[in-house]
Amino acid sequence: MDIDKKLVKKIATLSRVKIEEKEIEKISKELSEIITWVEKLNEVDTNNVTPVANPSDIKIPFRKDEINDGKIEEKILKNAPEKKAGYFVVPKVVE
Amino acid sequence: MDLKKINLEECLKLLKEKKISSKELTSFYIKEAETNKDLNAYISINSDKAIKSAEESDKRISSNNARPLEGVPIAIKDLFCTKDILTTAASKMLNNFKPTYESTVTQNLWDAGAILLGKTNLDEFAMGSSNETSFFGASLNPWSKNNKKYVPGGSSGGSASAVSGNIAIAATGTDTGGSIRQPASYCGIVGLKPTYGRCSRWGIVSFASSLDQAGPMTKTVNDAALMLDVMAGYDKKDSTSANLKKTNFYEKLKDKQKLRIGIPKQYKNTQLNNEIIKMWDLGIEHFKKNNCEIVEIDLPHTEYALATYYIISSAEASSNLARYDGVRYGLRNNSENIDDLYEKTRSEGFGEEVKRRIMIGTYVLSAGYYDAYYLKAQKVRSKIINDFKKAFESVDIIFTPTAPSDAFEQGSKIDDPIQMYLNDVFTVPVSLAGLPAISVPMGLSKNNLPLGFQIIGKSFDEDSVFKAAKIIEENSNFNKEDKK
Repeated sequence: MDIDKKLVKKIATLSRVKIEEKEIEKISKELSEIITWVEKLNEVDTNNVTPVANPSDIKIPFRKDEINDGKIEEKILKNAPEKKAGYFVVPKVVE
Repeated sequence: MDLKKINLEECLKLLKEKKISSKELTSFYIKEAETNKDLNAYISINSDKAIKSAEESDKRISSNNARPLEGVPIAIKDLFCTKDILTTAASKMLNNFKPTYESTVTQNLWDAGAILLGKTNLDEFAMGSSNETSFFGASLNPWSKNNKKYVPGGSSGGSASAVSGNIAIAATGTDTGGSIRQPASYCGIVGLKPTYGRCSRWGIVSFASSLDQAGPMTKTVNDAALMLDVMAGYDKKDSTSANLKKTNFYEKLKDKQKLRIGIPKQYKNTQLNNEIIKMWDLGIEHFKKNNCEIVEIDLPHTEYALATYYIISSAEASSNLARYDGVRYGLRNNSENIDDLYEKTRSEGFGEEVKRRIMIGTYVLSAGYYDAYYLKAQKVRSKIINDFKKAFESVDIIFTPTAPSDAFEQGSKIDDPIQMYLNDVFTVPVSLAGLPAISVPMGLSKNNLPLGFQIIGKSFDEDSVFKAAKIIEENSNFNKEDKK
């Protein structure tokens, strides 16, 4: 699969990564090489194979949906780059 | 006894017999860590707090109230969150991040009396096999000589460099596709990736959550068992951690056991150089001498493991790293517009390799490509897991080289991502299957660099892995001081 310049721009937007115009060609070449390399998997017959998301045989347990902490606003906000009155601050998103 | 060359077991004995205080030992290692800057093994050193903790340990020792690792300074990969102590993941993104909580694995170590010596260098967000992607510069392999600079491997390269360079007694690492085992092999130390679920992942900066596992990096097999007994355990904060009874790997290591050793024929077909094949054969002889049975096994999907790994790990990484948005913590590059803020923050905060993997992961998960890449990889993963399950019907452990070569020179592979990924050819299949595996040093290559071999076990059978590793350790005449 060839990851052309248009597709590189689309992937960069989806990834929320800004790339410079002059980098696009290099990235296009690198991503195309990697994607072509992983396409080796098409050789494997995977009909009727169940996909695996977790390698463990252990069943993931359920827990009760209950509150077990609280009053940690200060801790949560401690590393915030910008905060005000107990909130994270972001640029205006609603006109 | 030379404090510099001491291992964890010896260190605990000296402390217990009060031949040295924890304060003396900790001060010694802080000084060693601070003066051996050329290895660039540490991102930060915990000088003040470590001495205070050592004084508390000395009180406990003198009142016969010592815990299993009482008073031992230990190095921690800078991917484990440590409360109020800088945790960077070797990224500009987390350059100023001081977590408000402690990871479960490090908490387990502190509850057992261990002391945080410092946080070690790694590839940025654990993505790399050479330590060269660190925002803080590459860590160096202590076996480097004749003006040649060799990589310590990665991603846990700082931990491997520190233990091998005798500026840490023992360290923690994390392993997603080989990040404990490959640097252990390159630096001539012991490194164990436990079974997926053995150690809690809570508080470890996430890379690929279905693969990430914490493990010990030590000078000996016994030391690795001592460390893992403390690090492992169920944690309700990690739903994938296993609720099993308390482990006792260290004590059980004393019992001998006749093992059936599997040799995968597919691993011999890779382009392995002669010296690795010869050393592999020597290891097989060591097992035979110790009454083990050698069985050739079949792992037919081996050649697809790397591609499967790069799809799955990049997909999970792209999702996990979405959290770095410049809003809640970490770096922020401000803007008038929220999308612009995200993009500028992430472009500035992430290095090239991290961005590459986020983009690959985003692509394989995107509409129209999900089935062809991500779902396909999850299915091939299933086949790889079944290969191992079948092989383990006739053997107890599997014995292979850890990496296809000895350590390479800095700068030699960094511009070729695929060449770099090929370092993980023997470690990645194990990670996909979630199995336990250790790397043990066996000898030196013709370049006088260490070569490690990998022992893979059944799910949650670290006991057999340790026992087989002990056979290799006892029969190899590897001397970690040969580098001097």
